[in-house]
Amino acid sequence: MSTQIARHWRLNSQRYQLVGEVCPNCSGKIFPPRDVCPHCADKERQPDYQFSGKGEVYSHSTVYKVPEGYEEAAPYTVALVKLDEGPLVTAQLTDVANEAVNIGMPVEMVTRKLKTQGDEGLIVYGYKFRPQMVAS
Amino acid sequence: MRDVSIIGIGQTPVGEHWDLGLRHLGYQALRQAMQDASVDYADALYVGNMLSGETSGQAHLGALIADFAGLRGIEAVKVEAACASAAAAFRQAYIGVASGLQDVVIAVGVEKMTDDVGSTLTAGLASAADADYEVIHGLSFVALNALLMQRYMYEYNVTREDFAGFALNAHANGVFNPNARFQKPITHDSFMKATMIADPITLLDASPMADGAAAVILCPTEQAREFTDKAIQIRGSAVATDSLSVHDRRDPLWLQAAEISSKKALHQANIAPTDLDFFELHDAFTIMAALSLESCGFVERGKGTWPAKDGQIALDGKLPITTRGGLKARGHPVGATGLYQIVEAVQQLRGTAGENQVPNARLGMTQNIGGSGATIITHILENNN
Ligand SMILES: [Zn+2]
Repeated sequence: MSTQIARHWRLNSQRYQLVGEVCPNCSGKIFPPRDVCPHCADKERQPDYQFSGKGEVYSHSTVYKVPEGYEEAAPYTVALVKLDEGPLVTAQLTDVANEAVNIGMPVEMVTRKLKTQGDEGLIVYGYKFRPQMVAS
Repeated sequence: MRDVSIIGIGQTPVGEHWDLGLRHLGYQALRQAMQDASVDYADALYVGNMLSGETSGQAHLGALIADFAGLRGIEAVKVEAACASAAAAFRQAYIGVASGLQDVVIAVGVEKMTDDVGSTLTAGLASAADADYEVIHGLSFVALNALLMQRYMYEYNVTREDFAGFALNAHANGVFNPNARFQKPITHDSFMKATMIADPITLLDASPMADGAAAVILCPTEQAREFTDKAIQIRGSAVATDSLSVHDRRDPLWLQAAEISSKKALHQANIAPTDLDFFELHDAFTIMAALSLESCGFVERGKGTWPAKDGQIALDGKLPITTRGGLKARGHPVGATGLYQIVEAVQQLRGTAGENQVPNARLGMTQNIGGSGATIITHILENNN
């Protein structure tokens, strides 16, 4: 089975640094990056936008029956995180006990291992969120 | 545009068919439907299916099933829209006939899920979601629905227990459906104690995977009498889409595609939701039943679980749903489910639903949901004989 290196490589800047876009027309912050603005349908090329990585938990779920490649951390908690700049992102929570998570909890982005994939053990890294260390 | 009617239906039992592959399952339902309609030819075949490539190593189901059914030569294609594949195939068949391009058309939904119930199936089902921004983060399809349910419970101050009525009603109705995967009732107690899969979703909030196939035959309404005296007319047919991922929705707790497609279909039929005698909704998870009732305008926002608590959704209630067991008890062979809903609605409208019969059913609605709400297909059927 292919490890699909290119498929993950081309997403590195959003996965490692939470780089999204800002719409030149409506100033809406966009994550993940798109070709057409989801807020105003503007088709101009949107400049990159560096998200702060801070936000709060919008919803969460502790997953007991996990997909292949994710067994190591099971059971783990996944969340919809509402970024301070607006967009929701889907990610795992880390450095926190599953039972300690609640809606509204302030979180911040960190880069972690997402999964080990394929026969050659390609490791896919990307963003997860942990409780904010310092109140912002 | 021509009026279109359903003149034949067929279905296999929903379950584990270790002795039958995709082509056999599809053909069984198709043959039943052709016999029911007394037709021995068709102008086209639309096959609804989601996972054949992943679970059976088989694409190209249009030609495969056409050939296997002795229809080699006819126009045939597979239609895919995740869990809404079968309603999408039905919609293509409807368009074919309504447009005047085709006269007798078959829609069959078929899915084979029990050959590989491990990681291949989980990954296949998750492919309905966003691979790069949801699935890569370790979310199963269940987990995405769990995120919706958790937020719903928080926002409207309801508990998991408030959803129990959906599962109890579905299983109570499944008892009398000989094709249902589960034909036993469940208790409130077993619902409350069910095994957690992705908090707050348990095994008894979720519909079971299964093998199955269902089929219908369509023709112009004006020709239907040549084949049968029990034709059921399609009064509304609409598809709408939303963002593939939950996080990109303007409002994750609102199924915008359900609102749009149901409004369109109701408008075509020139009726209000209150005119419907029953609603076959897409209860893949209990949360989806609540969201669907709200987004289609049956109840106010935040009150989606209310009808499940006071008998409104039972066969003799104000709005019967999942009348033959729904996805929860009949089972959810994903790419076939939308046509099971249609077949069951036709049974209700013909008055042949047995112990599950909704009294005097004349108008019914079906709704098939792909993914966590990205494709939603609504149909309205009527017995106007
Ligand atoms: Zn914009």
